Amino acid sequence: MPNLAVELERVSVYLDSKSVLEDINLKVLENDFLGIIGPNGGGKTTLLKVIAGLLKPTTGSVKVYGKPPSKTGNVIGYVPQMNRPDLNFPATVLDVVLTGRLNRSNLTKPYSEADKKAALEALKAMGLEGLKDELIGKLSGGQRQRVFIARALATEPKLLLLDEPTLSVDRRLDTRFWEFLNELKNKMTIIVVTHDISALSKYVDKIACLNRRLYYNESKQITQEMWMEAYQCPVDIIAHGLPHRVIEDH
Amino acid sequence: MLELLQYEFLRNAIYSALLASIACGIIGVYVVVNRIVFLSDGISHAAFGGIGLGYFLGLNPIYSAIAFSIAVAVGVGATSKKLGAREDTVIGVIWAVGMAVGIVFIRLTPGYVPDLFSYLFGNILTVPRSDLIVMLVLDLILVLTVGFLFKELLAISFDREFAQTLRLPVNLIYYILLTLVAFTVVMLIRVVGVILVMALLTIPAAVSEIFTKRLLHMMFGAAALSLLFTLLGLWLSYVTNLPSGATIVILAAAVFFVTMLYGRGRRRLS
Repeated sequence: MPNLAVELERVSVYLDSKSVLEDINLKVLENDFLGIIGPNGGGKTTLLKVIAGLLKPTTGSVKVYGKPPSKTGNVIGYVPQMNRPDLNFPATVLDVVLTGRLNRSNLTKPYSEADKKAALEALKAMGLEGLKDELIGKLSGGQRQRVFIARALATEPKLLLLDEPTLSVDRRLDTRFWEFLNELKNKMTIIVVTHDISALSKYVDKIACLNRRLYYNESKQITQEMWMEAYQCPVDIIAHGLPHRVIEDH
Repeated sequence: MLELLQYEFLRNAIYSALLASIACGIIGVYVVVNRIVFLSDGISHAAFGGIGLGYFLGLNPIYSAIAFSIAVAVGVGATSKKLGAREDTVIGVIWAVGMAVGIVFIRLTPGYVPDLFSYLFGNILTVPRSDLIVMLVLDLILVLTVGFLFKELLAISFDREFAQTLRLPVNLIYYILLTLVAFTVVMLIRVVGVILVMALLTIPAAVSEIFTKRLLHMMFGAAALSLLFTLLGLWLSYVTNLPSGATIVILAAAVFFVTMLYGRGRRRLS
């Protein structure tokens, strides 16, 4: 029986007395590759923040590798949503990726050789080694997104959390990116929030639907009921020529 | 020109320009990249309350200003979090209260308060030796703290949320930064005064940012520019017989607008 990477029990979140997440129960096993879909405003980002320990749920308990997320040590690699298009900061790509190496034990100490090596390897994995001395603000949105993924990988996490990682216009890059995640899943647990349902169907192991409540049956199938509950309307997803169908036949 | 240097007040002015420039080069960069310009300005106005308190208690106002502005710097963060009030509203209130408290204390102080005006608009020509020593100590604390926490400060300035996922003591480090802002503001009050502090905290950093691409280089650039503005401004004020603080600020602002236009042109070309 593999270890539990993430365990949420009866988690509810209220922001400004508005319910954002309701009674979420979720178990994610080690080395799972879980995709979460759902309508905008359905609480996907909030859920990732709860798992990352950035947001304390109003009620319920969160455990990441058996401990509350605030006590886990450097287990989580968090890739935030690209929401700062005006990013203008005096730091190079390598400076940014190196911050993934920070932790409580190297506080006040300079970066070690091992830190630099890990940062460069993470850059290489994302195909960014040529841009390491480039100013972060000079990159395109897609490149910057990959820098943020490299930064999370530099942490050498056991749990990778990605919030809408594929926003680039280049579909070919997206395909490569998903294949890369697919290789990573042997090394770590991955939870990804995305709109890219065709990629999800092809690469992830399990899919959950989130719209304030979580609809999840620990498999890759989304039943018509789950879909209806999450999106509140029947949506016909046609997934041509895919090895697996996400939506069961109806 | 050189024979002027035999006057102690002028030598002190140059030393204080140098010491203040080191602080505003380093901290100005953090103020600009963290977008805490308004908070820093609030701290400087609150420091005026500390100056008034210092006069009232018969202390050197620089000490009470330091204590007051640290309390405000850390207090603003804590209050807005606890009370759920918007941070900029809290800053606005504290800004006004700081000034009001300062004026009340000064009114309550018996006798004539001689250099109140110099705290409002600065007078680099009246910095006593004892204040130079305080400035030197503050600079030392500041350089050492930033030296030890450089990579953490970069991470938190760039992306506070991500730094939080690394379990860094993000709030503690942020409060340390605000304390350093308070130190810097108090030093700059000596040079350009409460009202004009923001010019030296923001303009050198903003101009330096156009020409550099890393935080550390930006700090060196900002410190050099700040020194240039203060000394050149001081000389201009001597030549034109205008108040030194205001002349320094107007010179800095002129350079700021020219480089902003240049920066815009350069961005368009690239």
